[in-house]
Amino acid sequence: MEKGAVSGVEPGTGLTELLPQGGDRLRRAAEFVAVPAFALLVAAALFSAVLLGMGQSPLAFFELLWRGAFGSAFSWQNTLQRAAPLILTALCVALPARAGLMVIGGEGAFVVGGLAAAIAPLPFLGLAPAPVLLALMAAAGMLAGALWIGLVGVLRHRRGVNETISSLLLTYIAVAVLSFLVEGPLRDPATPNKPSTHPIGADVMLAPIPGTSVHWGLVAGIVACVLAHLLISRTSTGFAIRIAGGNPRTALGQGLPVGKLIVLCCLLAGGAAGLAGFFDVATVHGAANVSLVAGYGFTGILVSFLARHNALAIPPVAILFGGIGAAGGLIQRRLGLPDATVALLEGVIFVTLLTSETLYGRFALFQPRAARPRP
Amino acid sequence: MSNEALSFTSPGAIALEAIGLSKRFGSFKALDDVSLKVPAGEFHALLGENGAGKSTLVKCLMGFHRADEGAVLLDGREVSVRNPREAQGLGLGMVYQHFTLVPSLTAAENLVIARRDAPAVIDWAAERRRIEAFLDRTPFRVPLDRRVGALSAGERQKLEILKLLYLDQRFMILDEPTSVLTPAEADEILGHLKAMTERGEITVLMITHKFREVQAFADAVTVLRRGRVVGGGRGLSTREMATMMVGEAAATAGASGKAALPERRAMPASVGEPALELAGLFAEDDDGRPALRGVSLKVAAGEIVGIAGVSGNGQGALVETCCGQRPLSSGQMFVNGRDFLPTRRAFDAAGLFVVPEEPLKNAAVAGMSVADNIVFRRFEKPPLSRRGWWLDRRAIRAAGRELMTRFRVASPSPDTPIGALSGGNVQRAVLARELSAEPIAVLIVANPCFGLDFASAAEIRARIVAARNAGAAVLLISEDLDEVLDLSDTVAVISHGQIAYKAPIAEVDRGTIGIHFAGGSEGEQGAPLG
Repeated sequence: MEKGAVSGVEPGTGLTELLPQGGDRLRRAAEFVAVPAFALLVAAALFSAVLLGMGQSPLAFFELLWRGAFGSAFSWQNTLQRAAPLILTALCVALPARAGLMVIGGEGAFVVGGLAAAIAPLPFLGLAPAPVLLALMAAAGMLAGALWIGLVGVLRHRRGVNETISSLLLTYIAVAVLSFLVEGPLRDPATPNKPSTHPIGADVMLAPIPGTSVHWGLVAGIVACVLAHLLISRTSTGFAIRIAGGNPRTALGQGLPVGKLIVLCCLLAGGAAGLAGFFDVATVHGAANVSLVAGYGFTGILVSFLARHNALAIPPVAILFGGIGAAGGLIQRRLGLPDATVALLEGVIFVTLLTSETLYGRFALFQPRAARPRP
Repeated sequence: MSNEALSFTSPGAIALEAIGLSKRFGSFKALDDVSLKVPAGEFHALLGENGAGKSTLVKCLMGFHRADEGAVLLDGREVSVRNPREAQGLGLGMVYQHFTLVPSLTAAENLVIARRDAPAVIDWAAERRRIEAFLDRTPFRVPLDRRVGALSAGERQKLEILKLLYLDQRFMILDEPTSVLTPAEADEILGHLKAMTERGEITVLMITHKFREVQAFADAVTVLRRGRVVGGGRGLSTREMATMMVGEAAATAGASGKAALPERRAMPASVGEPALELAGLFAEDDDGRPALRGVSLKVAAGEIVGIAGVSGNGQGALVETCCGQRPLSSGQMFVNGRDFLPTRRAFDAAGLFVVPEEPLKNAAVAGMSVADNIVFRRFEKPPLSRRGWWLDRRAIRAAGRELMTRFRVASPSPDTPIGALSGGNVQRAVLARELSAEPIAVLIVANPCFGLDFASAAEIRARIVAARNAGAAVLLISEDLDEVLDLSDTVAVISHGQIAYKAPIAEVDRGTIGIHFAGGSEGEQGAPLG
């Protein structure tokens, strides 16, 4: 498909003449759309082969996928509901990635954020109005997440600890801490079957966006993405982050505080994932329990990669993945396929996506004109 | 089949002759009609400055590069070596500057896996017997069962040579084999090789910078300069070799050398107080070995101090410590008499600017645009940022465009990622960033013209001189001795992380520089110096 597109346009004609000035920027932008789109197509083809091997019709599968994800108002709401936490956990990958760090511990920050949000209002229940308690919960969730990933940044900066490994392992610690607290000191005795913390109460919980079942986390996520985009591309701090992430040697040679920038990105990243944990508690569970460990943090990694760590691309990609998740139930029921089928699809997408990284810069169509020899 | 690896007992040093080899890289002529004759059983030394073409020559012989013109004869037969494997098959072996052994394997294991015919399942007892039998016939002793990572540099170098012997490579190319060795280790290894050449078992072609070793071991010498053979033969004195290496005309020019310099370098009215002072800088390289061992240097405003030296003698670490890319283990840096720490504020306050070598690797972000790269020094200041934090992207593009014009950076647009530009244009963009500020108090420049064509190099050198004429204290670190001599008011030589020599340009004697250049104090011992 790519090849055809390239040979279809003569070099130096058409697009170039239409866009003599801004052509290069448009070309680069087109590359960032075309390559992931191509990767998605390849993933679909590979997954079709798997389906054929299982005796299933790929057409039926993708038709159901569409219906379950975007086919009706109901499925759209389901999709958006699942997308909301993914947007925020994807930011937990994307922000450190701009500073040159590969943090994959969003799941841990999500869990500690949710835990902190569930615990923080307990002493004040009935003493303060719901909005105040919610603000307290959100602040506690963000702070806990920020410190959790901030620790990863500090370890990396001060001790040279690999941030990918440390953030992953911290996730297991986060889950263990959650289990310990909800089954031990903080357990509500009224929850015999599913150990949880004391509920915050239905009157405190955050109502969905009026007229929908979608919660406000979606709005918060989109706002966070816009803010992150502005931070990275429009502020001097973001400029410094891009230098540090693009070439740390250059950043040091320019006297930039690389360590501080790394820690800042990690704090913001953790804050985003912690905020997602807060929304999960405040809108869905009403208390902290193992339901927080639902893999949003890990799917967020996929989302961020597919968005190429570009904050503005995260919401649409998160909606795509939210849709895949939302369609899972329908696919399971109609095709009798196991629950893990959609996880397999996500995995195939992730692999083709990572592989597609090697395609950047290979197609002349997307390259700046003067990069090739002039006649 | 395994006998092939052991047929070293058969006599037979190989003779090699290269006829009229030429090799171009783009517009750069790395080798220009180079002919070289090494008879069987000779110990031949190949001398030359950095960039003289020594490495290119041996890479052509070994099949890493294909020469554009010329022929290679082995024992009088013309051969075509298309890759290093074919070279190996013909009996040509090379010891590289960097070790090629596997550190986690033992010496014996390294020897066995180096064989092209190493079997899939190895009979270690048998291999072991063969290796021991083989070692009995060589003068080198290496502990066979120790992991290579635990061997000393000398033992590793012996093992590299043993590997070539084990693979029956009877024409041996050694690329600065003693640079990591102590003089005693070097003498032992070269002594054994020398004895083997005398017995007619091998032929040796050695790249070196150390005249002492040439005098002690080499039968004959070939000197390269700027890709051409400029001399050679037998029984040359150290001074004759140094003169060939650094250039005949210039070496004899002496006092008249100054007159040959470009007219633009009129001396400033007065040479001021030291604007830059390095006081006893010590630093370690990435592996924790000493890279700088007490570098002390003063550079006055309006002065260019040029540091020459063979690459790998601490130049990289010196630039890195000055600009904050490498921590100092001790020592202090002063700018205009005040203690200097490489923070962003201090760079600005001091007016210190740095153009490191390989700008794409050290001073640019490949994925960011040319305009962005050009404003790295001042993006957070008005007018490029409003109130210090909100970028004015229009102003950044305009600033980038203006400097691209002034410094003739050829780029399709200010938005093009800098990584898409040619090396010369990246260098220009970095110079635009570091040389466009006013005033420049201190300028540190490393290998500014490396790999650039002649016109770009001349332009960049003129800009450096212009900065000096405007009152900057310039520290120029270059592996091109001619560049140092052309531009500097004061010349220094760095060797083993120390300043080995320093003199005003008027008193500089090329022969002396060459000797310090080529071995520091070690060179001095063996050199008949006046």
